[in-house]
Amino acid sequence: MLEVFIFATLNGLVTGLLLFMLASGLTLIFSMMGVLNFAHASFYMLGAYVAYSISVHLGFWTGLILAPLLVGMLGALVERYALRRVHQAGHVAELVFTFGLAFLIEEAVQFFWGPDTKNYQSPDLLDFPLFTLFGQEFSAYRGFMIAISVAIFVGLYYVLTRSRVGLIIQAAITHPHTVANLGHNVPLIFMGVFGVGTALAGLAGVIAGPVLTTFPGMALVLGSIVFVIVVIGGLGSLEGAFIASLMIGLLQSYAIASDLGVPDLLSWLGLEFARDHPLNDLWTLTLPQIAPILPFLLLVLVLIFRPTGLMGNREQ
Amino acid sequence: MALSFTIPVSIISRLRLALLAALLSTAGLTSAQEPVRIAFMDPLSGAFASIGTSGLKQAQFAADYLFNANGGILGGRMIEIVPLDNKQSPTETQIQFRRAVSDGLRIIMQGNSSAVANTLNDTISRHNRRNPGQEILQINYSAVDPVLTEDNCSFWHFRFDAHAVMKLHVLTDFIAANPDINSVYIIGQDYSFGQVVSDTSIQLLNEKRPDIAIVGNEFHPIGQVKDFTPYVTKIVSSGADAVITGNFGADMVSLARSIIDNGLDIPIYTFYAAYDGITATLGEDARDKVHLVHNETSNPIPTEERKEFIRAFKAANPNNDVTQPRIINALSMLVQAMEQTQSTDPYDIALALEDMRFTTMSGNEVWMRGDDHQIFQSLHISVHTDEGVEFDADNSGFGLRTIHSVSAENSIVPVNNCRMRRPRR
Repeated sequence: MLEVFIFATLNGLVTGLLLFMLASGLTLIFSMMGVLNFAHASFYMLGAYVAYSISVHLGFWTGLILAPLLVGMLGALVERYALRRVHQAGHVAELVFTFGLAFLIEEAVQFFWGPDTKNYQSPDLLDFPLFTLFGQEFSAYRGFMIAISVAIFVGLYYVLTRSRVGLIIQAAITHPHTVANLGHNVPLIFMGVFGVGTALAGLAGVIAGPVLTTFPGMALVLGSIVFVIVVIGGLGSLEGAFIASLMIGLLQSYAIASDLGVPDLLSWLGLEFARDHPLNDLWTLTLPQIAPILPFLLLVLVLIFRPTGLMGNREQ
Repeated sequence: MALSFTIPVSIISRLRLALLAALLSTAGLTSAQEPVRIAFMDPLSGAFASIGTSGLKQAQFAADYLFNANGGILGGRMIEIVPLDNKQSPTETQIQFRRAVSDGLRIIMQGNSSAVANTLNDTISRHNRRNPGQEILQINYSAVDPVLTEDNCSFWHFRFDAHAVMKLHVLTDFIAANPDINSVYIIGQDYSFGQVVSDTSIQLLNEKRPDIAIVGNEFHPIGQVKDFTPYVTKIVSSGADAVITGNFGADMVSLARSIIDNGLDIPIYTFYAAYDGITATLGEDARDKVHLVHNETSNPIPTEERKEFIRAFKAANPNNDVTQPRIINALSMLVQAMEQTQSTDPYDIALALEDMRFTTMSGNEVWMRGDDHQIFQSLHISVHTDEGVEFDADNSGFGLRTIHSVSAENSIVPVNNCRMRRPRR
């Protein structure tokens, strides 16, 4: 049982930290522009595909550096030449724009790379078990994923709270006009944040591609969960996103690892139902079976009992 | 630099396809005789597009190569495959079905997802009851939920693939014959087909090898799992000697990759773990581990005729493979039924298809049972390898090599719950 617990924790950490890389960019962009970027997960997918194409010719490590830069640049261009114009028409127009962009990117990916799963592999350098515990291997690549994600969190946190740029960004979030009056170029800051946010999503795609497989549906699978994290953590809160990401990663992982379910509850209560009972599906439901939808349950609960999210302070 | 290689090739091949399609359609218009139009309804966009588009290419190529290039059918009529994109959603399927009806299409080929096939089956039954003389025929080339030829069997539905229980008979025989396997872990997508695989595997293994322990029976939501590692952790700690799964698409690749990445060295018994990028992604690590149960061998190919067909297909579609020979069988049998009756009316075709015996390109005789419209053909278990593979998948050097075969006669299962209502004319 201990081995299952340890590995469930490690798996939860990997998933949680990966989700954080996506959620951090999304929550930053939201706090700046006040709009949810529906295309965020699409930039994640783009990161994986661009890195795949680069890795075929120049190797994994070049892809790791170049792909997020390219995706970030594309993100910045989208902000500068499209989103900024749409912004004048209000939040609804922005929302609809990013929604459309998500479809556009998905179709573009299928057009250029085709609908097949891509053979994007982790580098040979990290192709060994980091450690073996109770006969189970923990691959070095997963350790590398954890390391990168933690480094990103620390770096981002430091830049936002300690550096001059971070202070200006924070000020621009709450008082954009004052910051502009002080002589700062607020649109440039917006573009930069959008670029960095999408670059982070791209980076998440680069390191997740080899493990979670690179296919045109990868944005769809991760997209909804990232919104859940941002809402649970509190819109616009980096710490909240961090806590919510780890929480959801661990929650899912533990739920899968457990073998508990309604049958256990029933036997504990001393109840039993026939196998042809009309609600048989309900009586035989187990926790692992519903693990991937637990975050959405959590979302509903958070929205009912704490609508601002765990660390949110936007809508008083 | 890296991108510049991928983009032009892809664009050019797409343009070429579009041009070809345009040429073909104008050719159809100018020719005196009206083409025989067959709808191909499967996911052609969205997350499941890869299997759907690959199937479409095979159907179109088979129609052109086997029939249109040889002067067409029924005395000079061309076959036109009309793509309809149902995005693998039952709702979208209803919309596309309406479109097919209003376009005058009378034959619908469909394969992906039993949920969609069941919807289509219901919709067609209702439509045909209400519109006598305007019936639609469902050619199911791949949806394997047994219910389609059992409780929900219909005169207007024909299945050209072995259903899940038939395939599991072959698979469990194979597992039971392996003395090294003492425990099995079953994991699958939480929907009708996944449930059938799980229930049937447990039942059949209990009958054939009661000593094999079922150490896990897991369901996960379809297309929702990001990372299968937590599941694999459970498989490892259960000490299973083998894994059985009915997963397809991304769920299949992710599961197999997770099993391999976690250093688990046990055989994986599957239905859909090959082609459309899956073989290339599994690659070297999955050698001799991933097993598939399917119809029509991939290696060795028994006849020169089929080898010739595959080479011609590869020449026209370098990035695709002939992944589903049953599409070709279904189309060929459909044409034979039309030729026999000199008609394209679904009722006539259905009668001719009943109890048809047909020799496929591989030289195997298949039989379409009239009682429930289920096909019987030889079934095979193949392994993912790069040895003895003449025709690889995904241009990866890896492919499927058949290691066990069951003849058509030995794959026959009795009709249990099919009460087919036969319309009278």
